[in-house]
Amino acid sequence: MADTANPHASGQPTRRDFLTLTAVATGVVGAGAAVWPFIDSLNPAKDTLALSTTDVDLAPIQPGQRVTVIWRGKPVFIDHRTPEEIEKARQVDVNALPDPEPDEARVQKPEWLVVVGVCTHLGCIPLGQKTGDARGEFGGWFCPCHGSVYDTSGRIRQGPAPANLTVPQYTFTSDTTIRIG
Amino acid sequence: MAAPVAQNRLVRWIDHRLPVFTFLDHELHQYPTPRNLSYWWNFGSLAGIMLVIMIFSGIFLAMHYTPHKDLAFDSVERIMRDVNFGWLMRYIHMNGASFFFIATYIHIFRGLYYGSYKEPRELLWMLGVVILILMMATAFMGYVLPWGQMSYWGATVITNLFSAIPWIGEDIVTLLWGGFTVDNPTLNRFFSLHYLLPFVIVGVVVLHLVALHQHGSNNPLGIDRKGPQDSIPFHPYYTIKDMYGLAVFLLVYAAMVFYAPNFLGDPANYEPANPLVTPPHIVPEWYFLPFYAILRAIPNKLLGVVAMFGAILILFALPWLDRSRVRSARFRPVYKWFFWLLVIDCVVLTWVGANPPEGKFILIGRIATFWYFFHFLILVPLIGVLERPLPLPTSISAAVLGKGGPKLAGAGAPMEKP
Ligand code: HEM
Ligand code: FES
Repeated sequence: MADTANPHASGQPTRRDFLTLTAVATGVVGAGAAVWPFIDSLNPAKDTLALSTTDVDLAPIQPGQRVTVIWRGKPVFIDHRTPEEIEKARQVDVNALPDPEPDEARVQKPEWLVVVGVCTHLGCIPLGQKTGDARGEFGGWFCPCHGSVYDTSGRIRQGPAPANLTVPQYTFTSDTTIRIG
Repeated sequence: MAAPVAQNRLVRWIDHRLPVFTFLDHELHQYPTPRNLSYWWNFGSLAGIMLVIMIFSGIFLAMHYTPHKDLAFDSVERIMRDVNFGWLMRYIHMNGASFFFIATYIHIFRGLYYGSYKEPRELLWMLGVVILILMMATAFMGYVLPWGQMSYWGATVITNLFSAIPWIGEDIVTLLWGGFTVDNPTLNRFFSLHYLLPFVIVGVVVLHLVALHQHGSNNPLGIDRKGPQDSIPFHPYYTIKDMYGLAVFLLVYAAMVFYAPNFLGDPANYEPANPLVTPPHIVPEWYFLPFYAILRAIPNKLLGVVAMFGAILILFALPWLDRSRVRSARFRPVYKWFFWLLVIDCVVLTWVGANPPEGKFILIGRIATFWYFFHFLILVPLIGVLERPLPLPTSISAAVLGKGGPKLAGAGAPMEKP
């Protein structure tokens, strides 16, 4: 090619270098744009997202009773706490906890604790919802998989789990009903 | 070439033990290719890319699809409405089947025109026919999956073809169905096979390519290469040409996917399957229409089925039916015309297949069916013997570089990459 004679000797980029670069760049962008819809199709679909709130009627739940509801396919623990349980949760020295968080920050009304019932270690469902379940030495929940112990505020106290049970987004839609999500 | 394929030490280390890089260099880079291939030679790689697109989009569809008679239709509608970009994946797959067949059919007619099925490429050609049959089976079973009216009744009609087999026909059909009609067991096994067969196709494509690379591509002149002056390396010359063709092809394909996604489909397939009501007018997808026309042209159940399958199977025998030693129709003044008549005949069969079997379509369908078999069984052998071919050029380079050829032009040396 006459206009690019001995191009590399001069160290100058050639027309061909430019064309190769732009062609490859266009190809990479195009391939990315083509692959993205396929990746995104793996994300939750519209009907899955539409199922992402759950309404719960709290009226029938007695003090001391725990119920499990399903939200986004996961268990949510609702605990109608007794005054003693609230008391127990509020007495601890927050700074001594593995994941320091005061009980007040984890509830909207003190007697209602709402947490996602999935152990923050590796995803098992802790025991403590049914009467007779082992609740661990802090009266909250006990995870049978690797022995994590949670207190009456759902906070991690012992064992391998790194964090407290997650408090989901929820609102009181009336005095006795909540909407999770 | 024994020269190391790369400077990179890791690449050399691997290549010394597992010569993948040498292999790729050999088959995709150095690979000497006739210097005169036209754009008709693009359709093989296009079909290969369509196969990849079908497998890719299909695997993603299968992540959302449910193979159950009560859920399949709704799961496809969910793909269309709720799954992110589900509509796009489905339209890519749906129209992809059509474009896969377009590429393959053009590829086959290219072979017919340039005599690519002749010695030494008979097995290459026959492997191609195997791929065509597998594609048809795959596409047929895929069309059943959305479980619409056409899915259901298409499956009923096609599986019932086997009932034409004397004595054991009914038992075979029951076996295919796993029941007494097309039903849930049928849908389940069709999904399993629809997932499997494309990978079988990949395997046969590999064999097809091994056979291809044994003697290399045929070319528009249909004469063998006589030396290095007749070849150019595959890369960059044909990688670029293939990529340019791909860009044009994808442009048309994308235009269909985005602007006319249901143009080639049948609206009846957006109605859920109803085993008690047959739609008034059953038509298969366009790529099956010529064969469907042949089936209906013959007023006897068994013979109709035999003719339909025979229309494909006859391609296996073509290398031996054609007695002419000249490959390219460019030098076959008589065959050339009959080639184009065959093309027209296939278009007519497609048109007849799309119309109800009444009135003039019956007669036209019968004439076109007759002509199809007459072409392959009588004309091709006869022309091969009777025709006087035109004189062949002495070599590819002589033909492309003008009369003088390599000696005069001095340009016949193997082209180097710039
Ligand atoms: C040789 C390659 C293939 C061909 C020719 C082919 C053809 C087809 C056709 C014609 C349909 C019906 C489209 C419609 O009307 O909706 C279909 C549907 C389907 N195919 Fe394939 N396919 C191929 C490969 C695959 C692969 C590898 C998979 C992976 C599992 C797959 C999965 C599906 C699924 C799940 C459906 C139903 C969803 C739908 O109808 O859109 N396909 N296929
Ligand atoms: S998953 Fe609960 S302790 Fe490991």
